[in-house]
Amino acid sequence: MTAATITKSLETQDLLVNMGPQHPSTHGVLRLLVKTDGELVSEVTPVIGYLHRCAEKIGENLTYVKYVPYTDRMDYLSSMSDNLAFCLAVERLMQLEIPERAKYIRIIMAELNRVASHLLALGTYGLDVGAFTPFLYAFREREIIMNIFEYVCGARLTYNYVKVGGVMKDVDKKFADMTFNFLNMFEAKIKDYNDLLTYNQIFITRTRGMGIIPLWLAIEYGISGPNLRASGSSLDIRKIQPYSGYEKFQFDVPVGTDGIGVVGDCWNRYFVRIEEMRQSCRIVRQALEALPAGKYCGDVKRAVKPSKGEAYTSIENPRGELGFYIISDGSETPIRVKIRAPSFCNLSILPELSKGVLIADLIAILGSIDIVLGEIDR
Amino acid sequence: MSIEGKIGKNVLITSIDEVVNWSRSSSLWPMLFGIACCAIEMMATAASRYDWDRLGVIPRASPRQSDLMIVAGTVNAKLAEVIKRLYDQMPEPKYVMAMGVCTIGGGPYYKYGYNVVKGVDKVVPVDIYVPGCPPRPEALLDGIIKLQEKIKRQTLAKQIKTTEQVA
Repeated sequence: MTAATITKSLETQDLLVNMGPQHPSTHGVLRLLVKTDGELVSEVTPVIGYLHRCAEKIGENLTYVKYVPYTDRMDYLSSMSDNLAFCLAVERLMQLEIPERAKYIRIIMAELNRVASHLLALGTYGLDVGAFTPFLYAFREREIIMNIFEYVCGARLTYNYVKVGGVMKDVDKKFADMTFNFLNMFEAKIKDYNDLLTYNQIFITRTRGMGIIPLWLAIEYGISGPNLRASGSSLDIRKIQPYSGYEKFQFDVPVGTDGIGVVGDCWNRYFVRIEEMRQSCRIVRQALEALPAGKYCGDVKRAVKPSKGEAYTSIENPRGELGFYIISDGSETPIRVKIRAPSFCNLSILPELSKGVLIADLIAILGSIDIVLGEIDR
Repeated sequence: MSIEGKIGKNVLITSIDEVVNWSRSSSLWPMLFGIACCAIEMMATAASRYDWDRLGVIPRASPRQSDLMIVAGTVNAKLAEVIKRLYDQMPEPKYVMAMGVCTIGGGPYYKYGYNVVKGVDKVVPVDIYVPGCPPRPEALLDGIIKLQEKIKRQTLAKQIKTTEQVA
């Protein structure tokens, strides 16, 4: 038997495995067509569309005010940011000036929502790599943020709080006390997460050097948010293109570093989120301390009618750059609402990252990208 | 496979009923299947504050090990087939909970959601409806308790309707 025939007889067949739409670690109804050679993944094709809820088409049928609740349901982990992005786009179209107090309240809400979203990302990432306890810890703190939101706007998840011209309801002293209590408690809790998961040897072994995204590749794929910053870029919309008054606050942009992890790997993507929670707490504290008096909502008519034209705004969502592009013909209903969803672009890099990894590591990579299917399918 | 309907109604059945219903209702294992926003509230119900383990609810990753399917989120045309297939894979007795207004009747997507199935009961038979957008964890727990009460009213003398009989 020659060498060539031996290799031929040892060739194994590729197996096509369907991971999802019902799979505990695909973070929703994502379906991955995984081509495997034994335990190794040779090709991954994400199949999306299982949560397509016609968000952009609905935007063409409803008025600007009525569309805000639908933005809640796109990225349901950070509804405040989605509300904010849409309202900012409409306000740019109307060239509307927002009261200072409303701007501060918006920032407080968006940053608290970022903490809540990152907490969920942390908890579920722990679940993905086999640690159950951090999930319970993360949700314990998340519930306190949910309480604060519930006190302010009455909802736990889909807020519809930010509206064109300001916010729905003013905040009071009790809200400030609740938030300060949370911040004091939470900043100490981050150490717990670090002890539980971040510096856990098993976790580091699972995530270190895994799924490395080099900076050039991240830029080519249009990756944004913590995933991009873990690759070494310090691009943050809040810094380079401040909206809603972010330029008034002191905060750092955490960037992935070589150390425990390698730049651009799963560990850094996870750790950037932990650090971002710290920075978000800083911003919330500053905004609460300097909360100006005044009106919480500008004088906007009930029927929002922007002038003819188009506007694009992008904000820093917990997952990356979220943009709304609106075309108006001067009526109450937009002609077109186009959404630039960060998760959609972030997911597109998955096939590139998962060539030749183990099946278990595919889950670790997917979890570290932190996707929300509501936003991908829209 | 089941013994429902094979034995007539008699004195013996009542005590067996009680034991069987007690065990079925106190170990409702739902399938770990989150679809949209409601899934986040489902996770919150499973996590530390609300902790549905108290009711014997332990999520299972596979449909073949679960008794309850909580449809937590909007079902669209592409997902409807999957829901049906998952339901068929579950062993009897099985229950379905429609969580949130999207699964009850389309919810906010009723009018313009061209792709959204207006109610999951068009695809699989639903035992209990939990309204809300999304329902609070308390509402979900209440739904589970109501389902347990429903299970306790079952009897082995009558056959449970299977999917084929419903359709």
